[in-house]
Amino acid sequence: MKISAEKQKEMLWTMLLSRRFEDELVELCKVEGKIPGMTILSTGQEAVGSGACAALEPEDVIITNHRSHNHLLAKGAEPNALMAEIYCKRTGCNKGKSGTLHLAVPEVNAPCTSTVVGAGPPIAVGQAFAQQYKGEQRVTACFFGDGAAAEGSVHEAMNLAALWRLPLIFICENNVYAGAQRHEEHTPVPNLAVRAAAYAMPGETVDGNDVLAVYLAVQEARERALAGEGPSLVECKTYRCRGHGETDPQHYQPREEICSWLEKCPIPRLRDDLIARGVLTAADYQEMEGRAESIVMEAVRFAEESPYPDPEEALEDVLA
Amino acid sequence: MQKLGMGQAVNQALREEMHRDPNVFLAGEGVGVSIHLNPMFPTHGLLEEFGPGRIKDTPVSEAAIAGLAVGAAEAGLRPVVEIMFNPFFTLASDMIVNHAAKLRYLSGGKSAFPLVVRMKSGAGIGAGCQHSHNLEAWVAHCPGLKVVMPATSADAKGLLKSAIRDDNPVIFIEHMGLYFAPMPVPVDEYTTPIGQAEVKRPGTDVTVVTWSGMLGVAMAAAEKLAQEDVQVEIVDLRTLVPLDKETILASVAKTGRLVILHEATRTGGFGGEVAAVVMEEGFHHLKAPLRRVTGPDIPVPASPPLERFYIPGDEQLVAAIKEIL
Ligand SMILES: Cc1ncc(C[n+]2csc(CCOP(=O)(O)OP(=O)(O)O)c2C)c(N)n1
Repeated sequence: MKISAEKQKEMLWTMLLSRRFEDELVELCKVEGKIPGMTILSTGQEAVGSGACAALEPEDVIITNHRSHNHLLAKGAEPNALMAEIYCKRTGCNKGKSGTLHLAVPEVNAPCTSTVVGAGPPIAVGQAFAQQYKGEQRVTACFFGDGAAAEGSVHEAMNLAALWRLPLIFICENNVYAGAQRHEEHTPVPNLAVRAAAYAMPGETVDGNDVLAVYLAVQEARERALAGEGPSLVECKTYRCRGHGETDPQHYQPREEICSWLEKCPIPRLRDDLIARGVLTAADYQEMEGRAESIVMEAVRFAEESPYPDPEEALEDVLA
Repeated sequence: MQKLGMGQAVNQALREEMHRDPNVFLAGEGVGVSIHLNPMFPTHGLLEEFGPGRIKDTPVSEAAIAGLAVGAAEAGLRPVVEIMFNPFFTLASDMIVNHAAKLRYLSGGKSAFPLVVRMKSGAGIGAGCQHSHNLEAWVAHCPGLKVVMPATSADAKGLLKSAIRDDNPVIFIEHMGLYFAPMPVPVDEYTTPIGQAEVKRPGTDVTVVTWSGMLGVAMAAAEKLAQEDVQVEIVDLRTLVPLDKETILASVAKTGRLVILHEATRTGGFGGEVAAVVMEEGFHHLKAPLRRVTGPDIPVPASPPLERFYIPGDEQLVAAIKEIL
């Protein structure tokens, strides 16, 4: 395998950090009034954001959607500022204006999280166009769900990106559900990667719980994009282990299905693999867990102690 | 009388109309199987009662949902489609603005488009501006659409039944905050006519014109002012288009003062239209300049103190009223 040990450990780390971060949110959002709005988590899907972002360089751009925490943490977003924004505090990365749903972290080239399903891909077209226009050696990756693949905007974006050979990677995070609708209830094709053929771009379906497979697919798509060969579609098959949001009772998700996917959790999978291959020791992993714990606890402390914005701050930032 | 949240009232209206007319069907994201297992939500239990042939869960495809309604309506069905949140109306807007609203006109009156588009609106859920954005003025600006925005459960039920029976496209906007506020609803069959405002509280000193989620704020302000011997008359528009000018003008003729209250942002808001009507046709009744109390011209922020700042409150209304007394 041509992935360096460091890279593999980095992926394990961002998955672990993201899981610990979101596990904390599971608890925090049970406390009335602590986490405003919705709490939408990527538990069990971390291999997608962590694998993809590991294949990107810091100067590459990501555009993400409502299920963004893992994507952003893997891209290097600062946990304190993220947590404070999720708390809607003034010290949050968006001064409390966006909350969990629209986290924008331009500092790490993650300028837009749109919770309007299907809105990411057209914006990613614009980012990739700017990269091409300026002759830069960077690419844009866009995360969207299987549900989003049914929005017309996603098709328009794919067609335009392919037509103009934009340096864009469409990453479809197929977690089986879109709200309460199963994959087969919202699209007749079992693999969304086939859509790529309609736009004459490569489309690949990978095991979205295998972080290394995601990494390799995105890395290949990135090389293609940098070589001027245009966009690619990478469909990552994974599973939404929690509800759409934390208030969703998951009454439509079979218990056995959830359990079988929990067993395929990408984190122990990579951990065990790395230990078996001698890349990692059990002690290394414990150290990682401890580090994730203290980062998340520090983020919570920071968010808790931060003030809310003053009401009049609502009026700021509307226009430049 | 029964006590129902607005979602339950909408649910009853849908049920009754689906039993009455086999051409009525529902479509939208999660109208059948929903992530909410909650009887307070409007489409709860309908799939079980009417089956998947009439309760159509759709992909996340607002343009197709709205187009489905337009096409099926012309073909003789009575679609009631749901756009989950008002801001997502933007994705459906070509079908509604350029087609639902215009195709009858373009056919020279030969075709009819009896469809209803239901959507949830309103701030106060902490979800931020891509879920909370009141866009009623956009649709009100399009000739060829009727626009209904009930403030009570009883009105929601009666107006939705009228909307489903109406031969025109009706945009039906439900305020999320009202889903969880039980209010009295008559048990016997009734409809509420589209295009009629209602005086929800009689008064003599000042008229407040409002609609949807802001009725509660107006009522609270009126209570406070009553303690100070100021009698507020509250006109609940219920329907923005067609606008019931008579009720507004009659109230202004009686009180001589007007404050318009809405949750949507100020500039280009529907309050400006109400103000213009009163200036054109009721200016001579006014004893003082009219006032608007509205959301400020900002996207709805997520943070609780900011969101509270956004939502007009009874104290703002009381202050505006006192300015013109
Ligand atoms: C345009 C639009 N329509 C509907 C919604 C409501 N909604 C939020 S997430 C979601 C499901 C999206 O499914 P998918 O794209 O597969 O992402 P997942 O939630 O599974 O990660 C829906 C319907 C929305 N946010 N935006």
